[in-house]
Amino acid sequence: MPAETPSLQDRFKLGLAAPICLTWELTYACNLACAHCLSSSGRRDPAELSTEEAAGLIDEMAALKIFYVNIGGGEPMIRGDFFELVEHATASGVGVKFSTNGTRLTPQRARRLAGSDYVDVQISIDGADEATNDALRGPGSFAAATTAMDNLAEAGFGEFKISVVMTRHNVSQLDQFEAIAARYGAQLRLTRLRPSGRGADTWDELHLTNPQQRALYTWLLDRPTVLTGDSFFHLSALGDPLDGLNLCGAGRVVCLIDPIGDVYACPFVIHEDFLAGNVRDGGGFTSVWRESSLFTSLREPQSAGACASCGSFDACQGGCMAAKFFTGLPLDGPDPECVFGHGEAALAAVPVTVRPTPQADHSARQPVTLSTSA
Amino acid sequence: MECAGSTSAMAAPAMPAISTFDPGRAWRLHPQVALRDESFGALAYHYGTRRLVFLKSRPLVELVRTLEEHDTAGEAIDAVAPDGERDRYVAALDHLASSGVIDAC
Repeated sequence: MPAETPSLQDRFKLGLAAPICLTWELTYACNLACAHCLSSSGRRDPAELSTEEAAGLIDEMAALKIFYVNIGGGEPMIRGDFFELVEHATASGVGVKFSTNGTRLTPQRARRLAGSDYVDVQISIDGADEATNDALRGPGSFAAATTAMDNLAEAGFGEFKISVVMTRHNVSQLDQFEAIAARYGAQLRLTRLRPSGRGADTWDELHLTNPQQRALYTWLLDRPTVLTGDSFFHLSALGDPLDGLNLCGAGRVVCLIDPIGDVYACPFVIHEDFLAGNVRDGGGFTSVWRESSLFTSLREPQSAGACASCGSFDACQGGCMAAKFFTGLPLDGPDPECVFGHGEAALAAVPVTVRPTPQADHSARQPVTLSTSA
Repeated sequence: MECAGSTSAMAAPAMPAISTFDPGRAWRLHPQVALRDESFGALAYHYGTRRLVFLKSRPLVELVRTLEEHDTAGEAIDAVAPDGERDRYVAALDHLASSGVIDAC
């Protein structure tokens, strides 16, 4: 009973029998080339899991009672077996939440999705208007996402999600995003920009200023129904905590399976330092999750380091591991976007040249053009 | 593309109370809810509402699993609750009823 047990946050730090939030990037192939793509997607990896391997992985998720999987990419709908895999998952009791840029979400496919009980769809836009969005996601991407949302609405899909990565240029459009979501009867989901993937190259110019962070925090506190994927827990240092776990779940409740089966501690740390194993290894995903030395170490008590003397450490837990790692900051120190400015001071002491380089770069070698053909 | 350590399911807006918990009635685990054992108890996931709920003790998990075998929830509680803790189990089931994890038969 609650009063007799440690807090859930403390329990979660020790890890779980299986992840709560498992992200599975189905493919590195993408027909967009977003400037902040956390997985540097573009080209399909020839070692991508086959349909049979992917189906086997879904069976393993079902056996682990992973209730739902967050599917992304790349653009997951590009895979020819996308619906086969989604339908295999839902038939196995593994619900699917997938993120898409919407370019392949035709009226016919929207109707197919509307027919499934256990599929949630997230359409990504990163600006409330074409100019703001397309500057980041590429020409035609706002129109394509809008068409996809129209198709979902027309198909009677119900409440889909509109997912926005917060940047310096779109944070002033919060009310407009809310209005777009309201127009579609959709749920708004806002997440934090990380210096991961191609985001490592654009983070300095795109991440929120501190006054913007404070404004966002206040806006979110007033709107508990706006989803955040817990990604702004570093803002909880400002006062009342935002909804959610308020801790870094990497390797504890969260992990990433990439398109070639590599298992990373979270979707934002595609780098060998956070690679726990591969689902093709002998024990499959289960043994990577339960036995890998990386995940075991992430579940041990972590030092607060330079943050130990800060009165807000309990609220923000030192922030995001990935954000610290890719900006070259020590993992046991402040988040680069620490609301009290401790990160900025630490960043000033780190030459940009010593920042780790994101790995598994699958960026397209040539500029890509939008295709809406299925 | 990302989930950001998401536990959004937990942060989802609370569903309106589906039923007021009455220990004098028969209750069961909702047919759309799955349980996963964890060291602290269990996770319960409702496929309909997409809500994730935590059962924070093993006796509570046992209670929820065996609810349906009893004519009333009160009987089921008596079978697992130590003396003096009955009210806390009633409160726990009341919470699970309002989040849709259990429903009246």
